[in-house]
Amino acid sequence: MAALAGRPTGQPEPENPLTAGLERLPVAPTSLVIFGATGDLARRKLLPAIYNLAHDGALPERFHLIGVSRKEKEHDDYRSECEQAIRRFSRREPDEQVLDSLLSNVKYVPGTFDDDAVYAELRECLDAFESAEGQPLNRAFYLSTAPSFFPVIVEALGRSELAQREQSQVRLIIEKPFGTTLAEARELNRSVLSIFDETQVFRIDHYLGKETVQNMMAFRFANGMFEPLWNRNFIDSVQITASEDLGIGSRADYYDSAGALRDLIQNHMLQLLCHVAMEPPVSFTAEEVRNEKVKVLHAIPEPTPVEIPDMSVRAQYTAGHAGGEDVAGYLQEEGVPEQSNTETYAALRLEVDNWRWAGVPFYLRTGKRLARKVTEIAVTLKPVPHLAFSQDGSLGVQPNQLVLTLQPNEGVSLRLGAKIPGTRIIIRPVNMEFLYGTAFLSQSPEAYERLITDAMRGDATLFTRNDEVEAQWRICDPIVSTWAATPGPLPGYEAGSQGPAEASALLRGDDRWRAI
Amino acid sequence: MPGTSDAVWSEQGTTPDAIEAALRQLLIQRHAENENFLPARVLNMIALVDREWTGEIANRLRGVGRYHASRLVVLSYEQRRQRLDARVMIAAEGDAEHGEMALLRETVVVELGDHHLDDLLQLADPLVVTDLPTLLWSPHGHHELVQDLLPLAQAVLLDSVDEPMAADALDRAGELSHHAYVVDLAWLRSTPWRERIAATFDPHHMRGELRTLTEVTIRHHPESRVAALLMLGWLSSRLGWDSAELVEHGDTLTGSAHSNRQDVTLRAQSAPELMVRGLEDVTVATASGRSLRLSRGPGGLRARSRDPRGIDREWTLMGASRGETGVLGEGIRQALLRDPTYIPAMTAARAMLP
Repeated sequence: MAALAGRPTGQPEPENPLTAGLERLPVAPTSLVIFGATGDLARRKLLPAIYNLAHDGALPERFHLIGVSRKEKEHDDYRSECEQAIRRFSRREPDEQVLDSLLSNVKYVPGTFDDDAVYAELRECLDAFESAEGQPLNRAFYLSTAPSFFPVIVEALGRSELAQREQSQVRLIIEKPFGTTLAEARELNRSVLSIFDETQVFRIDHYLGKETVQNMMAFRFANGMFEPLWNRNFIDSVQITASEDLGIGSRADYYDSAGALRDLIQNHMLQLLCHVAMEPPVSFTAEEVRNEKVKVLHAIPEPTPVEIPDMSVRAQYTAGHAGGEDVAGYLQEEGVPEQSNTETYAALRLEVDNWRWAGVPFYLRTGKRLARKVTEIAVTLKPVPHLAFSQDGSLGVQPNQLVLTLQPNEGVSLRLGAKIPGTRIIIRPVNMEFLYGTAFLSQSPEAYERLITDAMRGDATLFTRNDEVEAQWRICDPIVSTWAATPGPLPGYEAGSQGPAEASALLRGDDRWRAI
Repeated sequence: MPGTSDAVWSEQGTTPDAIEAALRQLLIQRHAENENFLPARVLNMIALVDREWTGEIANRLRGVGRYHASRLVVLSYEQRRQRLDARVMIAAEGDAEHGEMALLRETVVVELGDHHLDDLLQLADPLVVTDLPTLLWSPHGHHELVQDLLPLAQAVLLDSVDEPMAADALDRAGELSHHAYVVDLAWLRSTPWRERIAATFDPHHMRGELRTLTEVTIRHHPESRVAALLMLGWLSSRLGWDSAELVEHGDTLTGSAHSNRQDVTLRAQSAPELMVRGLEDVTVATASGRSLRLSRGPGGLRARSRDPRGIDREWTLMGASRGETGVLGEGIRQALLRDPTYIPAMTAARAMLP
């Protein structure tokens, strides 16, 4: 079913000449409905992000928020919860008047997500907003619930005829995880797309909302010097690391059912890989960018059960010393089953079988309780074909390496060979470094602020498309199922270390994991 | 909260070379202290100020939050001063001890007098970081000195409402715009108003009405007539109006502009009750009978609309006040950006005055 816009199809959109030169583009008047409104994500991320948008004057000029959750409570109680969450988690001290204005437009609808009465009340609430405003408002439904409720809510929205409107836009924002297997992702897509059109759907991968990830596109496509080198002729390998020094904290329930592969590789890290490997899009529209990313994912062969032991490693952290203190191993963490085979470390070697990347290994690794927190992409160039220096002088020569650091200190570093000052030619590697923090005045907005605004504006560039999600699962699903069928115990790595020794087996030739 | 630490050098009877050498030496010293101390390299800012107001300007600049220029050169002018004195401060902000990057912010204060004005350009030139854009700000006038320093500047920060006469302010901005990018604080104060007017007419069914505006009335602080003119100039330039000169009636300017479809009545009226610089309210009306009035209010702009059926509505457009320091910080940030709509708006505004 096609999305019904608020204007007749085929009629050209008259331009709005007043938006030229404005940094913030207008967002159409909107009612935002958060399902799972009392949950952790809503309290820690969504409500503070909405407040900060209000503070900056970036919310639509007519904006209403409705929280939907199972817990029975009054509007005022929910407003009070929103206020507490904003005061506690906002990145800035709230302005009392802005906060009051925002809260005055908040309502709460209690009930279970499969109860049609909830949607009837929701409709009444939404209609009342529109009557008061004297105009149709766009509607955005944000699913911030456990994933098992996604299809339930989507179907109920369809049943209640809340999914389509003629007078305004209806959008559906879906949190991760989008399925835990390929079959689940397909089923969820089928369910969502039987009610909503793809153009109405915004699947969140909050990594894509980070300024750092968007900078990667600027780095690749606004600098001509890298493009001639950006292929198999000059690049030896690509290494993508997302390590954390922390353990699982209080998230044992979620983490033990997910594991490192599902938690980070299936979504965030494959997105980073796509940004490294994609072809320059024709334009930076949502469709063009996502088309190019999907092509990369399709170029990665689906791993077969025979290949999986050679191209993947999983492990669990054991007790050790991290962050200046002795810490427990994964199996000793509160809430983790004694016999758990869930991986806290995962590493993969992938190939992108296309003209640009054939033969270049892409190494991905992620883990909890590693030596430190870092997210980076290291692109190692091929060594020079001939060294004319003396043998001694050449000992320090290493291939050039370009490292894009996403956190903690966002920047770009290029490893070069340089002569050590002295009478002889002796080479050693030096780094040419650029740090974003030294070069811009602005502070990056929170990812959720950007994503919520984009979804309300209908810009899907930073959201994952249905075929993209399925293509990501097509790569990870065979690994998930092979691992599930392989008995433990898993190899261990000491907390605070560089990860399991077994990970070296993935590396080809002279490749080495970078120190975390 | 990140901590701050300073390294300071000062010398009486100094020279530009000595100041520049001190800057270099302090940077090396700070990096040797901790390798996580890194010089920010974003923007030079030269502030030319009267010595007696240096403290006030320093306070304003302290309040700009994260939008500090990476190197600030304060030229503190005192007419009879004979000796050139200087202080260099390099402050580090951040928790470098725990491995985090701590940016270094460099401040140079040079005290000078008439005696040094002939060589002002040569004095300031060694103090800015080469290859970084330089923003020039002279909040106490001194137009002739600004002219001398223009070869160093890629952007000039000014506040059109500082000029007593609106025509002079617009002429001044126009003249400077031939040499550098002009960042006008009077223009930046109106950003939320412009955003909201643009947003009001952004829905599809409203865009057509932009072409049918019949009336624009702006009430402004008594000293901010130029801000009202810039707003009228913005609408005029964006909507392609042909504006005639406005006529002064007491504290009000009135006149009309010609759009493709009809005449638009323009009015800029002083609001003596307004305590802060800028606009008090903006009212626009269309041929269909629709009107929108935006007024300054607590917690954001207050909007009042009347639709063609005569139904009135009121609501608040949420947004925290940036205050004057916030506007100044935004001005510094804008030095790195380019707003293509300012010069057409300023030109159109000037055309409305004799």
